Amino acid sequence: MAVKQKHVIELMALAILFVPAVFAGDQVVEQKDKAFVVNGAKVVALKVKVGDVVQFKNSDPFFHNVFSLSDAKLFDLGSYPQGQARSVTFDKAGRIEVECAIHPQMKLTVEVK
Amino acid sequence: MKSVLRCSAIRTLSQAQACLLVLAFLACAVALGQSTMKTSPNKKSFEFPKKIPAPANNPVTPARVELGKMLFFDPRISGSNWISCATCHNPAMGWSDGLPTAIGNGMNTLKRSTPTILNTVFNELQMWDGRFHSLEEQAAGPMQAPGEMNGNMDDILAKLESKPGYVKAFARAYPGEGITKDTVAKALASFERTVVSQGAPFDAWVHGKASAISPSAHRGFDLFTGKANCVACHSGPNFTDEGFHNIGLSGDDPGRFAKLPIKISKGAFKTPTLRDIALTAPYMHNGAYRTLEQVIDHYDRGGDNQDNLDPNIKPLDLTAREKQDLVEFLKTLSGKQVAITLPQLPQ
Repeated sequence: MAVKQKHVIELMALAILFVPAVFAGDQVVEQKDKAFVVNGAKVVALKVKVGDVVQFKNSDPFFHNVFSLSDAKLFDLGSYPQGQARSVTFDKAGRIEVECAIHPQMKLTVEVK
Repeated sequence: MKSVLRCSAIRTLSQAQACLLVLAFLACAVALGQSTMKTSPNKKSFEFPKKIPAPANNPVTPARVELGKMLFFDPRISGSNWISCATCHNPAMGWSDGLPTAIGNGMNTLKRSTPTILNTVFNELQMWDGRFHSLEEQAAGPMQAPGEMNGNMDDILAKLESKPGYVKAFARAYPGEGITKDTVAKALASFERTVVSQGAPFDAWVHGKASAISPSAHRGFDLFTGKANCVACHSGPNFTDEGFHNIGLSGDDPGRFAKLPIKISKGAFKTPTLRDIALTAPYMHNGAYRTLEQVIDHYDRGGDNQDNLDPNIKPLDLTAREKQDLVEFLKTLSGKQVAITLPQLPQ
């Protein structure tokens, strides 16, 4: 393999490793100023399709958690610091109440259709 | 899809290059970890709100505050006719009781300390474990709790109904609503909404009066928002993130976990306000520490019980002077103490 090609592949690998990738069907929800934020705007509701992946990215300078105890999707992403993101696949239709167990003022209703 | 792409790209690299990538990734992760310790020492974010919030169905009026104050100081809303809200939330003791943990009905010692009611109007959730969603909900709780005031609501309402002074006061405060559990709770909540901190030296400093706090306290503020990272949880005008954290205290109290069975909630308690903190010793949900110095020592050593410890808490390596500066800063959060006139209770 030519050296140049190798470098291109290395750069691609770096891009994949260090830039939080958003693929078709993925949505990024930031946790910022103790609120759920999409494209810079605070949101309390989000609509997704069955099978969509939502990345929850912590943009605050302290740890956040993301969880849901809703029947349609039960999950606990644990706690993670600024810059990290964790994903959830919403694989079943329903209304899912997503919260942060650390900061109770953070609430997001995900409607999966 | 993402993982497939990652794998195919990595397979084309040599092992050495892959190792370099991993090292670079780890370096980034460390840098990100360090960035979590960085906070903005923006003093404007601590500016105290001018407006006191109230729900649409219970706006604060003088008649409601007056009635709430009567109920707050009246021991007859307890089962024993002997314990009032003010027994534990004593205005002469920072609206708390000065005890490590509260003493309730029958002189029984409870397992948690009495939180101040100062600034509870701003709380997202009430109580150490956040089990109540509003001041109204909270107000109706302790008077009926067997371990606390041990009151029976029907008996309490009958006692109030029997006093013409209360009948008139309820009619003035809540015309046509009668004497009910709801109006009792709403009146108490209205009074509590008036118990807010004001005029602390820190507030004057935030508003530009540089001489309002000492150089030591100023250094303490920089530590609070910097090296010591207290602001990770004690943020905003009321010095709380309204959140729940396990800060590494000893004991087996599940705290928030009993209400919210998510792992991080185990042993977690509500971040208390630091307003008037110098007036509300002992400290912590279990009253473990008598002094602010002991509290700072706790955080300096990164807590004691490491089981499910909040990841924001790490050893701080503070010097003796830095600890003193933090204490000096905390003392600047004590507001002007307003004299409380006791109400004449209906007989």
